[in-house]
Amino acid sequence: MEGTASAKKLAFTKRETQQIKRATLASLIPGGGQFYNKQAFKGIMFLLIFALFIVEMAVFGIAAIEGLVTLGTTPREDHSLFLLIEGTLQLLVLLIFFLFYGINIYDANRVAKIRAINADNVNTSAKDILMNAFQNGFAYLLTIPAYLVMIFAIVFPVLVTIFIAFTNYDFTNVPPANLVDWVGLETFTNIFTLSTYRTTFVSVFSWTVIWTLSATTLQLVIGIFTAVVVNQPFVKFRRVFGVILLLPWAVPAFITILTFSNMFNPSIGAINSQVIPFLNSLIPFFEIPAISWKTDPFWTKVAIIMIQGWLGYPYIYVLTSGILQSIPNDWYEAAVIDGATALQKFRYITLPQIFAVAAPIFVTQYTGNFNNFTMIYLFNEGGPGSVGSGAGSTDILISWIYKLTTGQSPQYNVAAAVTLIISAVVITISMIVFSRTRAFEMED
Amino acid sequence: MAKQKRIRTQKNQRFWNKLFTYAYLIGLSIVVIYPLLITITSAFKAGNLMAFDLSFDANWTLDNFRRLFNDTLYTRWYMSTLRVAVITMLIQVSAITLAGFAYSRYRFVGRKSTLKFFLIVQMVPTMAALTAFYVMALLIGGLDQHWFLIFIYIGGGIPMNTWLMKGYFDTVPIELDESARLDGAGHVRTFWQIILPLVRPMIAVQALWAFMSPFGEYMLARFLLRSPENYTVAIGLQTFINDPRQQRVALFAAGAILIAVPISTLFFFLQKNFVAGLTAGGTKG
Repeated sequence: MEGTASAKKLAFTKRETQQIKRATLASLIPGGGQFYNKQAFKGIMFLLIFALFIVEMAVFGIAAIEGLVTLGTTPREDHSLFLLIEGTLQLLVLLIFFLFYGINIYDANRVAKIRAINADNVNTSAKDILMNAFQNGFAYLLTIPAYLVMIFAIVFPVLVTIFIAFTNYDFTNVPPANLVDWVGLETFTNIFTLSTYRTTFVSVFSWTVIWTLSATTLQLVIGIFTAVVVNQPFVKFRRVFGVILLLPWAVPAFITILTFSNMFNPSIGAINSQVIPFLNSLIPFFEIPAISWKTDPFWTKVAIIMIQGWLGYPYIYVLTSGILQSIPNDWYEAAVIDGATALQKFRYITLPQIFAVAAPIFVTQYTGNFNNFTMIYLFNEGGPGSVGSGAGSTDILISWIYKLTTGQSPQYNVAAAVTLIISAVVITISMIVFSRTRAFEMED
Repeated sequence: MAKQKRIRTQKNQRFWNKLFTYAYLIGLSIVVIYPLLITITSAFKAGNLMAFDLSFDANWTLDNFRRLFNDTLYTRWYMSTLRVAVITMLIQVSAITLAGFAYSRYRFVGRKSTLKFFLIVQMVPTMAALTAFYVMALLIGGLDQHWFLIFIYIGGGIPMNTWLMKGYFDTVPIELDESARLDGAGHVRTFWQIILPLVRPMIAVQALWAFMSPFGEYMLARFLLRSPENYTVAIGLQTFINDPRQQRVALFAAGAILIAVPISTLFFFLQKNFVAGLTAGGTKG
């Protein structure tokens, strides 16, 4: 029952303090403290883990760390990339071992304290120890699968990306023929000082910001406005409109984007051949000429923003509808008695209420569009034209990274550095917003 | 006099408001339906199309579907995607359900900090590690392999969905666990027999999400799958439409219908739960 017994006794005798100290010191070799506490089974287990680590270090670990530091010394024999990856893997192993080492010392210290209070409270048989581990460690057991996948699919790749940003890995330096070397902050300084990179970066970054702000705001405006319109009490056929208005969300986005891409083709697409003539026949005295979508950067950008509005509003619309239905009706009645106009009701009751609930989700919409690769790349592959360093005029940072990685002359280190810059921006903004809203406030 | 006038202007206002409302809704509906209808009709039009447009004086045919199945790799792409989707769904949903339960029900060392870690990791776009994925795939032979793609899909889906799952578990009263414990149920039994049945709606939503996303995911699949036999439907279909001169847009339309119809049906089927799940997990910690 060591879990429930309080380990924080007010005062220990001198002998007890010494025993606790000895148990803690003994566990500097994992398992030692556990043996001292008469938990032989646990001691053997800990010692085995320690032995396993020593063997791992001798066979693989030391060489891997060395490889990570040098990234290879002889071309063709040493493959810098593999050395980088193996070294990163070894860093994770080290991290896990240190975690275990800390737990080992903490455990010896805690059990020794419990023993000092009452020796009978300490489990000594293997069965009891296993049972106890299961009872108290159940929560950890449940999270292991999630962590295992996350470490290898997210943490590990992110670490490797960070490392690559500080190397000179690009198309001129492809292992195994060449060695990759550490270059420190050179890649970052190049992005900001070399004129070719700088102009591209500034141009791509400013379009990314314009795109994020305008497309997401358009989504929000259409979504909220539509929700308010549909939720007026007199509207009939609400079911029918409900289904139609949700279609852009229900149909997989890549299908609609590719369809739009074809429709916006300037010479044969439906927008120029069908929609604009139709609008012209509808509106007298005003003639819209055929527009060079997809070949003129400005009109391509306009098209992309409009399509994103089309794609993204249903989500906001559904979310807002849910919130609108939860606003008490007497608020509006009270406002009417006070003589409020429809606009005032919207401005002072509806809108604040929507933002109070949905603000964090709105922020995720902005960060989502900041990295909305699918929209940009599928519509026109970032084109038309070029703004240098492989980026097209409608490329946003994420699609530029994609091109830097997959293009004819890949610049992996620049891609990794830009990735780090993007992630820093997105995470900072999200953290600021989340910490101001309720998302970070956790119960208990 | 004045009162009558006010009532009249009010009536007038109400009329204009109604007119505007319906005009807006019908206009928006047209804008929504137009591109979709164009795709649907094009799938049944005979001849080699280069571009979509909306016209009803065509020769209607099922020929495009026949060509899709016989002359292209579409069936193969579809089956691959289905397999990727099912495996992703099974593993991801199991992992997030277990983790969500642990985070909702247990107070353990490192709980808060790891929860924040999930929230931050969730902000890093999966594609941010594109270069690393490439190098990793190179090292362990994962390039052009479905299992590697599945693995990354699962990893990318875990942080956000664990949060949502935890949020939903939080809505189940903790008193249920406590009384189950008093009746002598252990950890496993409390989870499996008492709590799990109550979160079934959220599990259904999560399963559907996980299942649907490989059908629409483009970037990673495009990046990692190199040979046409291994494509998923999203990148396969793109090869039909990215060059209008090949005149295969009708095939694209036919292939798109076979994806969009089942996916949208599933979507509308579970739409209510979608939203409930989103707001439950998204607005509270």
